[in-house]
Amino acid sequence: MLDSNKDSLKLEAMKRIVAMIARGKNASDLFPAVVKNVACKNIEVKKLVYVYLVRYAEEQQDLALLSISTFQRGLKDPNQLIRASALRVLSSIRVTIIVPIMMLAIKEAASDMSPYVRKTAAHAIPKLYSLDPEQKDQLIEVIEKLLADKTTLVAGSVVMAFEEVCPERIDLIHKNYRKLCNLLIDVEEWGQVVIINMLTRYARTQFLNPNMNESLLEEGNDKTFYGSDDDEDEEEEEEKKSEAPMPKRKPYVMDPDHRLLLRNTKPLLQSRNAAVVMAVAQLYFHLAPKVEVGVIAKALVRLLRSHSEVQYVVLQNVASMTIKRRGMFEPYLKSFYIRSTDPTQIKVLKLEVLTNLANETNISTILREFQTYIKSMDKDFVAATIQAIGRCATNIGEVRDTCLNGLVQLLSNRDELVVAESVVVIKKLLQMQPEKHSDIIKHMAKLTDNIQVPMARASILWLIGEYCEHVPKIAPDVLRKMAKSFTNEEDIVKLQIINLAAKLYLTNSKQTKLLTQYVLNLAKYDQNYDIRDRARFIRQLIVPTEKSGALSKYAKKLFLALKPAPVLESPFKDRDHFQLGSLSHLLNAKAGGYQELPDWPEAAPDPSVRNVEVKDSVQEVRTTGEGRISLLGEWREVFTLLERVATLTSVPEWTKCSSREKRKEKKVEKPFYSDSEGESGPTESADSESDSASGSEIGSGVVGSVSGTASEESEEGSESEEEEEEEEEDEKDKKMTMKKELKKPVQESESEQSSEEEEERKHERKKSKARKSDSESESDEDEDSESESSQSESEDSESEAEVKKKKKAAQSKPPSKPVKKESKKEMSLLDLDDFEPAPSPQVTPLNSFLSNSLATDLEGLSLSDAVLSPATLSPCSALKSYELLHRIRGEGLSVEYCFSRQPFSPDANMVAVQMQFTNNATSETKNLHMEEVKLQSGMRVKEFPEIELLPAGETATAVMGIDFCDSTQAANFQLCTHTRKFFVSIQPPVGELMRPVFLTENEFKKEQGQLMGMNELSEKLTLDAECRNEHAIVQRVTAAANLSRVPCGSDRECRFAGRTVTSGSLVLATVATKEEAAAQLTVNCEKMVIGTMLVKDVLLALTQ
Amino acid sequence: MIHSLFLVNASGDIFLEKHWKSVVSRSVCDYFFEAQERATEPENVPPVIPTPHHYLISVLRHRIYFVAVIQSEVPPLFVIEFLHRVVDTFQDYFGVCTEAAIKDNVVVVYELLEEMLDNGFPLATESNILKELIKPPTILRTMVNTITGSTNVGEQLPTGQLSVVPWRRTGVKYTNNEAYFDVVEEIDAIIDKSGSTITAEIQGVIDACVKLTGMPDLTLSFMNPRLLDDVSFHPCVRFKRWEAERILSFIPPDGNFRLLSYHVSSQNLVAIPVYVKHNISFREGSSQGRFDLTLGPKQTMGKAVEAVLVSSQLPRGVLNANLNASQGTYTFDPVTKMLTWDVGKINPQKLPSLKGTMSLQAGASKPDENPTINIQFKTQQMAISGLKVNRLDMYGEKYKPFKGIKYMTKAGKFQVRT
Repeated sequence: MLDSNKDSLKLEAMKRIVAMIARGKNASDLFPAVVKNVACKNIEVKKLVYVYLVRYAEEQQDLALLSISTFQRGLKDPNQLIRASALRVLSSIRVTIIVPIMMLAIKEAASDMSPYVRKTAAHAIPKLYSLDPEQKDQLIEVIEKLLADKTTLVAGSVVMAFEEVCPERIDLIHKNYRKLCNLLIDVEEWGQVVIINMLTRYARTQFLNPNMNESLLEEGNDKTFYGSDDDEDEEEEEEKKSEAPMPKRKPYVMDPDHRLLLRNTKPLLQSRNAAVVMAVAQLYFHLAPKVEVGVIAKALVRLLRSHSEVQYVVLQNVASMTIKRRGMFEPYLKSFYIRSTDPTQIKVLKLEVLTNLANETNISTILREFQTYIKSMDKDFVAATIQAIGRCATNIGEVRDTCLNGLVQLLSNRDELVVAESVVVIKKLLQMQPEKHSDIIKHMAKLTDNIQVPMARASILWLIGEYCEHVPKIAPDVLRKMAKSFTNEEDIVKLQIINLAAKLYLTNSKQTKLLTQYVLNLAKYDQNYDIRDRARFIRQLIVPTEKSGALSKYAKKLFLALKPAPVLESPFKDRDHFQLGSLSHLLNAKAGGYQELPDWPEAAPDPSVRNVEVKDSVQEVRTTGEGRISLLGEWREVFTLLERVATLTSVPEWTKCSSREKRKEKKVEKPFYSDSEGESGPTESADSESDSASGSEIGSGVVGSVSGTASEESEEGSESEEEEEEEEEDEKDKKMTMKKELKKPVQESESEQSSEEEEERKHERKKSKARKSDSESESDEDEDSESESSQSESEDSESEAEVKKKKKAAQSKPPSKPVKKESKKEMSLLDLDDFEPAPSPQVTPLNSFLSNSLATDLEGLSLSDAVLSPATLSPCSALKSYELLHRIRGEGLSVEYCFSRQPFSPDANMVAVQMQFTNNATSETKNLHMEEVKLQSGMRVKEFPEIELLPAGETATAVMGIDFCDSTQAANFQLCTHTRKFFVSIQPPVGELMRPVFLTENEFKKEQGQLMGMNELSEKLTLDAECRNEHAIVQRVTAAANLSRVPCGSDRECRFAGRTVTSGSLVLATVATKEEAAAQLTVNCEKMVIGTMLVKDVLLALTQ
Repeated sequence: MIHSLFLVNASGDIFLEKHWKSVVSRSVCDYFFEAQERATEPENVPPVIPTPHHYLISVLRHRIYFVAVIQSEVPPLFVIEFLHRVVDTFQDYFGVCTEAAIKDNVVVVYELLEEMLDNGFPLATESNILKELIKPPTILRTMVNTITGSTNVGEQLPTGQLSVVPWRRTGVKYTNNEAYFDVVEEIDAIIDKSGSTITAEIQGVIDACVKLTGMPDLTLSFMNPRLLDDVSFHPCVRFKRWEAERILSFIPPDGNFRLLSYHVSSQNLVAIPVYVKHNISFREGSSQGRFDLTLGPKQTMGKAVEAVLVSSQLPRGVLNANLNASQGTYTFDPVTKMLTWDVGKINPQKLPSLKGTMSLQAGASKPDENPTINIQFKTQQMAISGLKVNRLDMYGEKYKPFKGIKYMTKAGKFQVRT
C-alpha cells in the first residue's frame, strides 16, 4: 500500500504501522518502504513517517541517511515552522554519522531570526549531546549564545539544555541572571520549573545566607563557627550589640539580585501548575530569609487538593519542611487531617506531618484525632498511627503518660496487629522511665498467652528480661511458659527467650537455673545457626565453669547494662540536604544526574559579575541593580518589538494584544528610572529607592529584609497604577489602525533607548505633564514631592529636597524657613540610621547635581501651585509659646514652653515640648531639673536633662517629651532649682496632640469615607476678613493644629491630615469655602473628643 | 527528562508505548507490576518507583496507569503534572479517557504525544494549540475523512506557538458570542460523631466557557474579592492587576477552561448545608446490627439540597443489610461492603431516613469500628462562601457578547464520622 500513488492508501498504511509501533510490535522490516515517503506531500503521512523514522533510525542507520537530505532542504525553508520541524526531526534521529550535520544545523538555527527556531535549536542541544558527548565544548558555545537570548520562548528550553549539558558552568549564568529573573513570569510553565531549579542552585553559590544572623544568634554568638567570615561580619556583630535597643535592624544586607529573584518568583506560587508551585516553594525554602518562607505554606496546602500523586509528592516535601520550620504549617494543621477515603500512602504521610507539627499547644487536638484514626479499618494505617503516638509521646513529655495509658488500652484490642504495634511502641516508651510502670509490664506479661505476632512477643520478653527486678514474681513464670513452647516459636522470639533466660539466671538463679539450662539445651539443637550460636555463647558466659573465668565475671555487666532509650525520629530528618522537590529527595537517595545543592558561600562572590555592559549613553552614577534591570527590560522590549514586526506580517490578530502586553511590561519597569515621576505615588517610589540606595550606596548595612518587603509591595502598587493608565491609553489605541500602533511604540522605545538618563527624566515629566488631563493635578505632584522632602528617608529624595530648596530660592522664602529646614534635616538623619553620625548628605550643596535646564523645567511645572507651597512648607511661621513660670513668681527665673512640632526622638508617642529658661535674677541658678511628676493614668513624661548651671541673664533651652495619651489633661510637675521648687503644669492645646501625615487625595477620600457618622463633625462658619484666601486658611489651620496639607483638586477646598501622637488615629480636616466669607469646616476623627475640640480650635483660628 | 511512556490497563497489560529517546524495553515495567502486586489497593501503588537503571513515575487515572520512564534527576512533580496534562488532553479529545478510546484513536494519541514532548521535554501542552495542530476526531470528520481521504492533521502550521498568548487560537469566529462562567464551590468537611465540625473548608473554581470572536480582553470583578484567601490562575490572568485591584483581567483561551481555583480561608466559618443524625450500632454476641440514618437541611439559605448521595463502607463482618429507605433507593454490595443510598432532593417537611438492620457473620465478634459516611450533595444558585461576581466587561472587540454566570455548591470530601 505504501507504494501506492494515492495518499489515502499511504495514510491508511502508515496508520497501521504506527499502531503496530504503539503496541510495541517490531515494524523495522518496512523501513525502506516507509523512508521513501519522507518527501510525501500529505502532511499527515509525512508526520507519521517522521514518527516511524525517529523510532527505527537507530537500528537502520544506513537507510536512515536516505532521508537526511530532505531535512537539510527543510532547514532552508523560508517558513520558520518548517525550519523548526525539520531541525526537530533531524536532531531526533540518533545516527552518529550525521553528528557534524546536526552540529551545523544547530549552530545555524541558534542565530535564526525566528525565536521558535531558536527554541528548537535549544531542544536539539541535549539530543546531540547524548548522541556524542565529545561535542560538549561546541555545544556550550551555542548555549552561551542562546542564553543571551531575550525571548521568553527560548529561555526555558535553553536553561533545560544548560542543565543537561553543562550544569557546572555556573559562570555562564552571571550575565543572564537578571534577565532570567525578569523574564521568568512570562516563560511557559515547564520552562519555569527548570529555570527556578537552576536559579536556586545559582543563588546558593552567589549570595550570602539570609539566615546567617539567626544561626549566629542561635549558636550564642559562636564565632568560631563562622570564624573565617570577613571582618565586616564581626563589625556588624558589634554594631548589633551596640544597638541592642533597636532589634529591628539587621546587619545582613540582602544582595539586590537575591531580592530580585525572590520577588519575581513569588507570583508563581499562584500558578496552576503544581510543579511550578513546588519549584518556587523549594526556592523559598532554600533561599529566603526565615520570616519570608511562610508564604509558601498556603500554596503547598492548596496543592493537597490535587490528584493523589501530587499529594504524595507534596506531602513528602512538607514533611521535610515541617522538621525544620514547624511554625510555617501550624496554622494549616487541620488541612492535614486524614479522611477515610485517602489512599494509605497519603494517610501515612499526613500522619507524619501531623506528628512533626505536634507541640505542647496542639497535642491534645492531635491526640484526639489519632484516637479516631486508631479505629480505622485500614490496619497498616492504624499501625502507623500507633507509631506516631509513640513519637508524640517521646517528643512531648507532658503527654507521655496519657499516651502510654492510651496505648495500654489498645493492648486489649481485638486486632492482633494493633496490639503488636502498641507493644513495640510501649516497649520503647517504657525504656525511658521504667521505674514507674511495673504494672504495665505485668499487664504485658499476661498478654504473652494471647499475642501471636512474633515481634510483639519478642518485645514483651525483652521488656520482662530487662526489667525483671520490677517484676520478680512474674518473670520466672513467663520463662517457664516460654520454655514449654520454645520449639514452636519464631526465631526472633527464641532469641529473646534465650536472652530472658540469661538475664533471669543472673538475677534470680535460684528459681531459674534449671529452666535456663533447659532452654539452652533446646536452643543447642535448633535448626537456626544463629540461635545455636547464641545458646553456646550464653552458656559459656553465664554458667560458671573452670575454663571461662575471665568473661563470666562481667556477664552481669554485659547483660544488665543500662541501655539508652531509643530516640524516635522522623524518617524525614536530614532529608533536606537534598534539594526539595527533587527526585533524590523523594527517594532519599541520589538519583543519576542530581546536582548537589551547594552550601552558602561564606563571603559573597563579586556581585558585579552579573552586571551587563550598558551603552555609554546610559552610564549613570547609580550603581544599584534596579537601574540596570530597567535598562535590560527596555532592550528586551526593543527586541521583542522588532520580532513582532517580523511575525506580524503573517498573523495580524494577536498583535494588538501583544503590543499591549509588551508595553505594559515596559511600563512596569519605569518606576525604577524616574523616581519622581508623576503617576506613581511618589512616597512609595521614594521608599523603594531608599531600599536600593541604602543597600548599595550607604553600605553600612542597615536595611533589613523587612523594609525590603515593604518596598516590594509598594512597588507593585505603583506598578499597578501604571497599568491602569495603560489601560485607559489602550482604549484609545484600539481605535487606531494597526500600522499606527506598530510604529508608535517602536519610536517610543527608540527614543527612550538613546536618551540619557537626565533627559529621560525630563522626557518623562513632559509626558506626564501632557497626560495630566486625566486624574491627578499638577499641584498634586508637587505636593507629593514636597512632603517627600519632609519625610525624606533616602538620599534620592533628599536630593529632591535640594531641588526644592533651589526652587524656593527663586521664590519668596518665608523667614522661618531655615529653622524649619534644619529640623527636617534632623528628622531625616534620625530616620536614616543612628550609627552614622557623619554630616548629613544635605549639608553638601548638590546644586550641581542637576542641570539648570532641569531646574527651570521643574520650576515651570510648579508655577501653577506657587500659592500653595509656602503654606505647606512653613506650617507655622512663629511657634506659639506659653508661659510656664512667670519671672515674678519664679523669683527671677522665667520659663516659657512651646510645642516644637518635631518628633520626640526617644519616644515617638510623646509630644516634644521645648522649654526656654531665662534667668532674670542677679545670681546664677543651679541644678535646674524636674521632680514629682503628677500625671493622669497612662500619661508619661520624659524629663529634660538637668541644667547644671544657668548664669544670670542667660537663656537655656531644653526639650522634654510628654505622652498626653491623646487627651488635653495637664501634666503637673515640680520645677526645681538648687534653692526652690515651683509647681507648674503644661496643658496642651488639642492641635498639638497630633503629628502631620501625608495622604494623597484618594487616600484622604477613602479614609474620610470610613470615618463618617459619629466620627464626622461639621460646622458652618464665617471666615475672618483677613482670612479669605486659601493661603491664609492654610496658615491659620496649620498654626492651630499640627496637620499637614493634603493635595486637592478643587481650589474651594483645603484638606489637612494628621494622626494623634499616641494612638495614631487619623484626624482629617476639610475647609470648604463658599461664596463670600461663608465656609464649612469638617473634621473626621475616630476620637470624638479630639474631634470636637479640634473643631472649636480651628473655628476660633479661622474666625478671629 | 521523560524517556518513554507506557500505558498499563487494570489487568496489567501494556497497551501502548511511546519512546522519545532510545527505546527502553518494556521489561522495565516488571518493577512496576511488582509494586502493583504489593499494593493492596490500586491507588496505593507508589507514584515513584526506583529501579536499577531507571525511575518509574506513574499516575492512575480512569483505571489506566500512565507510567513514565525517566533516567536522571527531574522534579517528580514535573512528570506527574505532565502526565495529568496528557490525560486531560486525551479526555478533551476523545470525551472519555478509556483503554478502548485510546486504542481506537491510537494514531491521534501518537500524534498528540509527539507534539507534546520533544526529546522528553514538554513542547506544546495547551489544548488550544494542540487542537490547531491535530483536529479532534468527531464522527462527522471520520466519515468525511474516510470518503475524501483528507486528514485530521491540521493543514495550518502551529502559529499559536509563536504567539504571546499561546493559550488562544487565532482567527476565532462565532456567530453567537457568549461567555459563561460557572462558580462552583466544594465543601470539604469532617464532621465528628456528635455532629460538630472538625474541619471545614471551601474550595472553589471558576470554570469558563468562552466563545468569543477575535481577541477579546475580559475583566471580571467580584463584589467581595477579599473572601478569596488563596488563588491559582490560568496563565492568561494578569497577576499584577489582581494584586493591585483584585480584578481578573485576561484574554481568554477559546472554549472551556478553568479560569481560577481558590480557597476560602478556614478562619471563616463555613455553613454546612446538611446534617446527619445517625445511630449505627452492633451488639456484642448477636449477629444483628442496627442502622438508622436521617438527613436534614441546615443553613441552606433557602435553596434546596439536591442530588444527595450517601455512601458508606460498612465493616467487613457485615453480611447483608436489610434497610428501609423513606425516599430514594439504596444498594448494598456484599463483596465490597459498600452501602450507597441515592436520596435525591431533601424535602425539609419530610426528612429522608434509612432504617433497618444489618446481619453480621455468625460467630464473628462485633466490629470495633463504625463506618464513616460520605455524603454528596448539590445546591444550585448559591456559592456557599457568598462570593459574587460583580461584573464582566469586554474590551478589544466591538460586538456585545452574551454573558452568563451560574453558581453552585457541592460537597467535596464531606465525611461524617460515626
